[in-house]
Amino acid sequence: MRDRLIVAGQLLFTLVVAAFLIVPAILSMLAGITVNYFRGIASGVTLQWVIQVWDLYAETIGRSFLVAGAALFVTLVVGVPAAYALTVRGGRLSRAVEEIITLPLAIPGLAIALALLLVYGGFSDFRRSWLFILAGHVIFTMPFMVRAVMAVLATIDVNTLDESAASLGAGPWRRFRDVIVPNARPGILAGALSVVTLSLGEFNLTWMLHTPLTKTLPVGLADSYASMRLEVASAYTLVFFVMIIPLLVAMQLFADVSNGARSRA
Amino acid sequence: MSDGRGVALRLEACAKTFPNGTRALEAVTLHVDRGETVVFLGPSGCGKTTLLRIIAGLEGPDPGGRVLFNANDVTDVPIERRNVGMVFQSYALFPNMSVAENIGYGLKIRGMSGKERGARITDLMELTGIRGLEQRRIDQLSGGQRQRVALARAVAVHPSVLLLDEPLTALDAALRERLRGELDRLLRTLGITTIYVTHDQAEAMALGDRIVVMRNGAIVQTGSPRSVYFEPNSRFVAEFIGAANILQATVKDGYAVLPGGRMRMPDGTAAGPATAMLRPEAIAIIDSEGADLCGTVETVSFIGDRQRLTITGAADRPIVVEAPNSLAVEAGQRIGLGIEPRTVRLLPEDRR
Repeated sequence: MRDRLIVAGQLLFTLVVAAFLIVPAILSMLAGITVNYFRGIASGVTLQWVIQVWDLYAETIGRSFLVAGAALFVTLVVGVPAAYALTVRGGRLSRAVEEIITLPLAIPGLAIALALLLVYGGFSDFRRSWLFILAGHVIFTMPFMVRAVMAVLATIDVNTLDESAASLGAGPWRRFRDVIVPNARPGILAGALSVVTLSLGEFNLTWMLHTPLTKTLPVGLADSYASMRLEVASAYTLVFFVMIIPLLVAMQLFADVSNGARSRA
Repeated sequence: MSDGRGVALRLEACAKTFPNGTRALEAVTLHVDRGETVVFLGPSGCGKTTLLRIIAGLEGPDPGGRVLFNANDVTDVPIERRNVGMVFQSYALFPNMSVAENIGYGLKIRGMSGKERGARITDLMELTGIRGLEQRRIDQLSGGQRQRVALARAVAVHPSVLLLDEPLTALDAALRERLRGELDRLLRTLGITTIYVTHDQAEAMALGDRIVVMRNGAIVQTGSPRSVYFEPNSRFVAEFIGAANILQATVKDGYAVLPGGRMRMPDGTAAGPATAMLRPEAIAIIDSEGADLCGTVETVSFIGDRQRLTITGAADRPIVVEAPNSLAVEAGQRIGLGIEPRTVRLLPEDRR
C-alpha cells in the first residue's frame, strides 16, 4: 500500500513537471491557430496565421534547411574522417586537436560570431551570403559529429580493425569505406541528427551573423515576436515544432536501434 | 624445406626506437626459410611483437634496418602491398561482415570474382572446421570459432608469410590446448612461412620448427625446440623454457662440490666456480645409502601423472624433482639423487 502511494506520488510529480514544460508550448501553438488570442480559443480556429507565416517566412524555413543540410554535409565529409584520423593517430597532438574542435561547446555562440565577424566581416560577398551562416554552424556543430563518431570508434578497437584490413590488402580509402564507416554507423547517425537539430534551432550565432537577407528560422521567429501580432509569432512556433519534433523522434528511434544492436551483441 | 610455400624471410639489423625514445628492439638479424615456422618467444616487453609488426609492415625499422621477402627489399612497402596474412590477438574480425564476408575480404580486394571467392571460402571453412557458420555474425561466434575465422581469413589470400600474434592467448586453457594441436596440423598442411609470437613456452615448443628466444629487445638464443630446451645458452633461457634447477658450485676433479655431497660433471668441465642447470625430470630419486648426493624431501605435491618433490640440503638452494607417480616418498625422508652427467648443462654466468 505504501509502495503504491510512493509510486503514485512519483508519477504525479513527473506529470506535473512535464505539464509545466509542455503546457506553455501547447498554449503557444494553440495561440497560433486562434483567431484572436486575447479573446481565447472561443474566437475560433484559423490557419490564416500559419499561412501568413508561410508567406512571410517561407524563405527563412527553406534557408534553415539549406544551412542544416549543408552543415550536415560538411561535418560528415570533414568530421568523420577527422574522427577516424584522430582515433587511429592517437598521441598528444590528436588530443590537442580534439580539444580545439570541442572548444566551441564552451565558448558562447556570440563570442564565436564576433570572432567570425572580426576576421571575415571585410569579405563582403562572403559576409552577405548564407555561407557565412554556414561557417558559424559548422564550427558550432562539428564537435558533436566528431565526438559522436569518436565515441563509437573507441568502443570497437578501430586501430586493430584498421590494421587487419590493411594486412588483407586494403588501402586507406578502402579501409575507411569498408570497415571504418560501417562500424562507426551508430555514431555517424547520432552525430548527424545532432548536427541537423542543433543547426535548425541555432539562434545565438546566427542572430549575430545574419543579414536581413540571410535570416534562418529561429531568427525569423525572434523577428516575428518582435514585430508581428502574437498570433503570427505563435503560428511560427507551431511551424517550428512541426519541423523539429519529427527529427527529435527520429533521433531517439535511431539511438534505440543502435543500443538494441549493441545489447544483442 | 624446398616444398614450402610463401617466401624466405630475412631481417637485417632491424632495430626499433619509438618516438618517445623507448628502445623496443636492438638491431636484429634473422633468416627464416621458406615454409619454416619460427616462434618468437619471450616475456612481455621483450620486443617480439615489435619484430612481428616490422615484418608485417605495421612498423618501420630504424634507419639501416631492412626487411627482405625472397631477397626483395620490402622495407618501404606498406602492409597492404606486402601480401601478408595476419592473425591478431583480438582477432580483429570485422563486425559489419558475416563470417564468409570476413574470410573473403582479402580475396575481394584482390578482385577475385564472387563465384571463385565462394569456392575458396568453402575450402577454407572446411580446412578450419567451421563449415555451416558462413552467414553468422561475428558476435554470434565463440572464442574458438573466431580464432578459426581469423586464421581462415589470413590464409585465404595465399600470403607470402603468415604472422600470428599470440593467437591463442585470448582463449581458456583447455581450448587453447586443443586448438594448439589443430593449429599445428594446419600449419603443417599449409606449409607457409610462418612467424608465431607467444609468451607461452609450451606453445612455442609444440608449434615451432625453430624458436627465437627474446629478451629486452634482443635475441638471446635461436634453435630447435629440443636444442633450446636441452642446451640453453643462458640462465634466462634455461629458466624461461621449462622448469630448471640452477646450481652454483665449485668444480674439483670433475665433480661439483655441493652441501649434500658431490655431483659428477660432464667430461672436460674445468675446475673452479660453475653454474649448472638440471631439468627436474632428469633427476632420479635413489636410495641415500651409497649415493654421491643426498638431501631431505621437504615437500611432495602429487600432480597425477607425476609428483613434484622439493629437496633441501643437497645444493645451495632447494632442488625440484619430477618423480614418477608410483614412487613412495614422503616429506622429511632422506633420499639420494641420481644424476647422469650428460643431463647436467653448464651455463655461462649471466651478464645481467
